[in-house]
Amino acid sequence: MNWFYIKGILILSGINLLAVLGLSLLTGFTGLFSFGHAGFMAIGAYTTAVMTIHFHLPFMVALGVGGLAAALASLIIGKLTLNLKGDYFCIATLGLGEAIRLILDNVQYFGGARGWPGIPLHTSLLNVFIIDVVGIVFLAFLIRSRHGRNMIAIREEELASQIIGIDVFKYKMKSLMISALYAGVAGGLYGHYLGFLQPKMFQIIKSTELTIIVIFGGLGSISGSALGAVILTALPEALRSFDKWRLVVYGAAVIFIMISRPQGLMGGYEITPTNIKCFLFRFVKKDKKHQGMGGR
Amino acid sequence: MRRRIYLIVLAALLVVTLGVAGCTPKPAQENTAGPASAEVVKVGWIGSLTGDQAVWGQCELNTVKMMFEEINAKGGLLGKQVEVIGYDTRGDAAEAVNAVKRLTSQDKVAAIIGPNASGQAIAISSVLEEMKVPDIATVATNPKVTVVDGNVKPFNFRVCFIDPYQGAVAAGYAVDVLNLKKAAILYDVADDYSQGLTEFFEKTFVEKGGEIVAKEAFKSGDVDFRPQLSKIKEANPEIIFMPYFFKEVALSANQARELGINAVLMGGDGWPSDVLIEMAKDAIEGSYIVNHLDFNDPEVQGFKDAYKAKYGLAVELNGYMAYDAVKLLEAAVNKANSVDPITIKDALETSSVKGITGQITISKDTHNPEGKDAAIIKMVNGEYVFQQKYSTK
Repeated sequence: MNWFYIKGILILSGINLLAVLGLSLLTGFTGLFSFGHAGFMAIGAYTTAVMTIHFHLPFMVALGVGGLAAALASLIIGKLTLNLKGDYFCIATLGLGEAIRLILDNVQYFGGARGWPGIPLHTSLLNVFIIDVVGIVFLAFLIRSRHGRNMIAIREEELASQIIGIDVFKYKMKSLMISALYAGVAGGLYGHYLGFLQPKMFQIIKSTELTIIVIFGGLGSISGSALGAVILTALPEALRSFDKWRLVVYGAAVIFIMISRPQGLMGGYEITPTNIKCFLFRFVKKDKKHQGMGGR
Repeated sequence: MRRRIYLIVLAALLVVTLGVAGCTPKPAQENTAGPASAEVVKVGWIGSLTGDQAVWGQCELNTVKMMFEEINAKGGLLGKQVEVIGYDTRGDAAEAVNAVKRLTSQDKVAAIIGPNASGQAIAISSVLEEMKVPDIATVATNPKVTVVDGNVKPFNFRVCFIDPYQGAVAAGYAVDVLNLKKAAILYDVADDYSQGLTEFFEKTFVEKGGEIVAKEAFKSGDVDFRPQLSKIKEANPEIIFMPYFFKEVALSANQARELGINAVLMGGDGWPSDVLIEMAKDAIEGSYIVNHLDFNDPEVQGFKDAYKAKYGLAVELNGYMAYDAVKLLEAAVNKANSVDPITIKDALETSSVKGITGQITISKDTHNPEGKDAAIIKMVNGEYVFQQKYSTK
């Protein structure tokens, strides 16, 4: 295995990880399914590219602007759709993602469907890694804060949380905006990694991919999302030797894991120092007392 | 207990896949035909083996493999046996970048053939430049594949003509030869190829004194074109330009005839396919196609028959382009007298070879084949009938 090749996969995993983190907050912690996150990625990607190319902003600042643009778009969309419940919200986001892509297809300023080549290559493993770490730490603190707890309450029982005085709409909105911000930054990194943008890259299939990773990693687990993003981005590459059966094997592997672990890879647990200690301790204890692990 | 067994099986599966992935497939299978040779030169191919363009990608890879088997049987490139390594991109730009990274860094290929889509060909250029390996795209017709903002990309080449040329040829032929002055365009707004052809058809058609009476769009995946076609019918054009792929062409052509539109239909290189004739034989009768070659040219038959005999399938258009890409690469390697990627790249810049789709002379300034004639084909009784070679200045 060559480092140059591995590095490419790691960068791509890191970019997916960031988008998945955002979606994890919305889907995993607030309980809202979205099939339009590729749309927010597209907004972030195009805005960031405009900022670096036409306004000559430094890359990090441009990324911030891209993320904010996506968050702003989500604000407008959230106002209109967040009152929808369950499946209806899901369908609204689905339409939204496609709408953003089709609008970009028509905007000739960005090259339309033919794409936009010549975007400077600013994304490196280092800056992706740093942004990922910041993203994970921020999300971890957010989840443990009052805001995070309120979001989880909404996921568990929306009506009850409203009764105890949580402003459900406001917290859904916050969750959606932060989630769009993450997706926007991920989009910006993506464009500056490939050096080329085309609306085709942000098709519904990209949104579904992100949602699959969140569910695969385990709903309501940051470490699960991170692990899932890395595994599911690297898996198709690892399966290259299967030639044209590659994606069939990929699909089969995902199905197999979902059957064997319906709660996802991490299933709501987090990888923290304390949890690792507990986990190891359990094994030690088990060996001493010869207890079986069967059942849950 | 069952859960534990599941987990163990799962872990075993993951380990096995990683293990399998770790070792690259053995080169032996590709060059069994030739004599055992110590030196092997690797050539990469990328394209869609999965996804909606898999038919074309598979045909390209088959062609490339078949060509190099023949070359190996004759003694190989500069006496070295060639190994073809093909990777799937599933039509995704990020996957194409991954595949090229793997080809250039891990497999250390001398050159890459493909991909067929412009979006992927543009995305991989930064990797090619970093690793200094030349790439010959097959059907990537977007001008920006080889030239961006007036600067030629040093490691990108192609063997097909470009969208502006194809659009201009279609418009030129319609006005000058067919003498039709009122055109309507139906195009796919979500497709880069379709947008490109539309833009340049419109430009040339208007320059030549024609008039675009209607321009209607749909998006990939649509199956009902009646609303757009009704508007086109009201404008009463003499010719309808349909620059998109055969599946939508078949549907829209059938619906146009249903609505009683009698205008001549015209399309680009997305049309030729047996599926089109099966689905819309009567509707496209008398239509014109701008194509890369004449399928019934005697010179083409040898390749067509050999492919059919080996794979039991008809050659798709991409097969011919892949054939020419291999020919061009072979010529460049012989000219460079080396399999070093940078030397091959320098030789490619001035290479000229007689390909199956015409004489391919790479221009140093654009890395495109210059002065390549387009073939105009007319549909007569469900057959592709060659009309003439046509070029426009």
